[in-house]
Amino acid sequence: MKFSTMRLAAAAFTGMGVLLAGPAQAGKTLDAVKARGQIVCGVSTGLAGFSQADSNGKWSGLDVDVCRALAAALFNDPEKVKYVPLSAPQRFTALQSGEVDVLPRNTTFTLTRDASLGLSATVVNYYDGQGFMVPVKTKLKSAKQLKGQTVCVQSGTTTEKNLADFSKANNLNIKPVVFDKLEAANAAYFSGRCVAYTTDASGLASIRAKEAKDPKEHLVLPDLISKEPLGPMVRRGDDEWFAIVKWVMYGMLEAEEYGVTQANVDQMKASSADPVVMRLLGGGNEDTGKLLGLDKDWMTRAIKAVGNYGESFERNVGAKSAVNLPRGLNNLWNKGGLMYAYPIR
Amino acid sequence: MSRKSPPRRKNWTWRSQALRGLVYQFFAIGAVALGVWWLAGNTMHNMQVRGIQSGFDFLARPAGFDIGESLYAFDSNHPYWQAFLVGLTNTLRVAVIGIILTTVLGVLLGVGRFSRNALVRGLCYAYVEFFRNVPVLLQLLMWYVFFTEALPAAAQAWTLGPLFLSKGGLSFPIPVWETGHLWGLYGLIAGAALAFAYRRWAFRRFEATGRPRSLFWVPLGLLFAMGALGWATGGAPAHFVVPVRGEFAIEEGGSLTPEFMAVLLGLSIYTAAFVAEVVRAGIQSVARGQGEAAAAIGLSQTQSMRLVQLPQALRVIIPPLTNQYLNLTKNSSLAVAIGYPDVVSIANTALNQTGRAVECIAIVMLVYLTTSLATSIFMNWYNVRAAIKER
Ligand SMILES: N[C@@H](CCC(=O)N[C@@H](CS)C(=O)NCC(=O)O)C(=O)O
Repeated sequence: MKFSTMRLAAAAFTGMGVLLAGPAQAGKTLDAVKARGQIVCGVSTGLAGFSQADSNGKWSGLDVDVCRALAAALFNDPEKVKYVPLSAPQRFTALQSGEVDVLPRNTTFTLTRDASLGLSATVVNYYDGQGFMVPVKTKLKSAKQLKGQTVCVQSGTTTEKNLADFSKANNLNIKPVVFDKLEAANAAYFSGRCVAYTTDASGLASIRAKEAKDPKEHLVLPDLISKEPLGPMVRRGDDEWFAIVKWVMYGMLEAEEYGVTQANVDQMKASSADPVVMRLLGGGNEDTGKLLGLDKDWMTRAIKAVGNYGESFERNVGAKSAVNLPRGLNNLWNKGGLMYAYPIR
Repeated sequence: MSRKSPPRRKNWTWRSQALRGLVYQFFAIGAVALGVWWLAGNTMHNMQVRGIQSGFDFLARPAGFDIGESLYAFDSNHPYWQAFLVGLTNTLRVAVIGIILTTVLGVLLGVGRFSRNALVRGLCYAYVEFFRNVPVLLQLLMWYVFFTEALPAAAQAWTLGPLFLSKGGLSFPIPVWETGHLWGLYGLIAGAALAFAYRRWAFRRFEATGRPRSLFWVPLGLLFAMGALGWATGGAPAHFVVPVRGEFAIEEGGSLTPEFMAVLLGLSIYTAAFVAEVVRAGIQSVARGQGEAAAAIGLSQTQSMRLVQLPQALRVIIPPLTNQYLNLTKNSSLAVAIGYPDVVSIANTALNQTGRAVECIAIVMLVYLTTSLATSIFMNWYNVRAAIKER
């Protein structure tokens, strides 16, 4: 019964059928990537600090570094990545249909996404929460003062649902104005159409820093109304590829924890007495990469390309970057944060 | 044309053209059906292999998101199907009002092309050429930018009596419902019946005596007079909820959002350019002699247009006009670009919330298919009615 209704509906769009009719090879992403000589990486259409292309088309950001580290680990060249910019509503289809190999695109891990989209959540690369931004001149101090007001949001995000929950829980009757493109949502907020703008707090910081005419005229309110663990997703059913993404990310955390940096990685590899460092970098007779289908220098190359997690964080979104986010929850577990890598051994 | 020619009898022998035609059609349809079936099966198989869940069961689950504007109260714990319903009504709201606006505007512009005043002719021409040559998406964005950038913030809203126009949209007073209004409604119904009766009587008198009576103003007057009488009988209730300036927005009263106004204006103004051309072509198709004959029997220019030329032009106008109505309805799906919660926007959100892409797109397709077919059916019926009755 369910099958037949589905089939009937599916019959309505043969176009879709063609789209999804591509090769459904589970477990073969690594082979495909190697044969192609390039990783195809789904990123946002432009969110400063996370993934943004400069005027020469060169991508950078915390999410982009995941792609670069992967490319370095695989091909010894962080440039061997093709970036596919995806708006929020496009991203999952792009990953499902095989258009991209991995999706580091400030994407929240949720049960629905993990369990029903045919995707798997790898490792969190930014612990976030949803916040609100308002013009300073409104003198608003808390999101709870937004009763009956309009709030701009981007569709295809967890944001819409959180906003509805928050509005209901606090009896605020907030009116969302929903746009499918980031620029449209930004433009509407900055034009004054909405009293507030809501999305991940990191996204707000980035938009405030890069898109506002004068960042000082806008304030990110202290309220965080949700948990938004952001990280790369991959297609489900390809455990090898899943493991590679996961462990390259853990490797970057482990490197920070043990003091391995972009600058000292060669020297550490040659002279460190710490067996953890040796395993991470493939020094001596250690070869952790082999278990993943890579070679022993996988993490040495990745760290040379992008540095450890802390370096990547500071360079892209940290206090000295334009986005200026505190390390907060994204500090290492032994420094008061939540970042905790499984042991590389 | 003689209606007497005997109907062609089909000859169902083997080798007959009729049979061959049938067989070909059978195979063609069969091949298409098989192809679709195969693709559908393939899609579903692939989705299953990849662990993508499917089915329409999500429609009964709570939507979990709010919708900025809706004709009836929608709450985030209402089910998805109701969210789709809100989207549908929002789409229809734009389509129906848009079709009315575009028709009025388009007819005026089309008729204006025949004006004896060169300025009017030129303006109508310029309008058509400008608006039909700029992509409609751009026009929507232009209107939206106008509403959100050019208009003042709520605190400095432009006011005209109880009306407020600002970035937040147009706010206006709405009457508070009281039982007295019911009397007004009864009055309107009685007025409509009277107007109808009057029209029939006036028409018959006209046929009998040739003396024309107003078939428009008098019935309209009757309608409103009766409505007003009923309303007065009900105690003339006149309480309004008047919009007031809030801290960040105009509060209370009724309002039209800038998203709605931008979509409505953008689509109506764009489509009117095409309707104007359709109307012009229709009028041009009426033989010149008709206008001259009308003049010869002493009809004024307006009368000639209204009573002789337009009714005949209608036959030519209606089919392409239907196309324009369908275009307007379908173009309303561009509304998502400027944040109007039409059915596409709702489907987008639902799709992303649930991951049921195939299902949500199917629903959207079904919505547009049914509204388009309904429009076509209605217009075909009207076309048959407007066709010249040959005697
Ligand atoms: N973390 C949320 C929101 C992610 C998201 O898409 N945020 C927006 C607003 S900051 C964005 O990055 N848009 C960029 C784009 O569409 O290219 C989610 O996964 O749903």
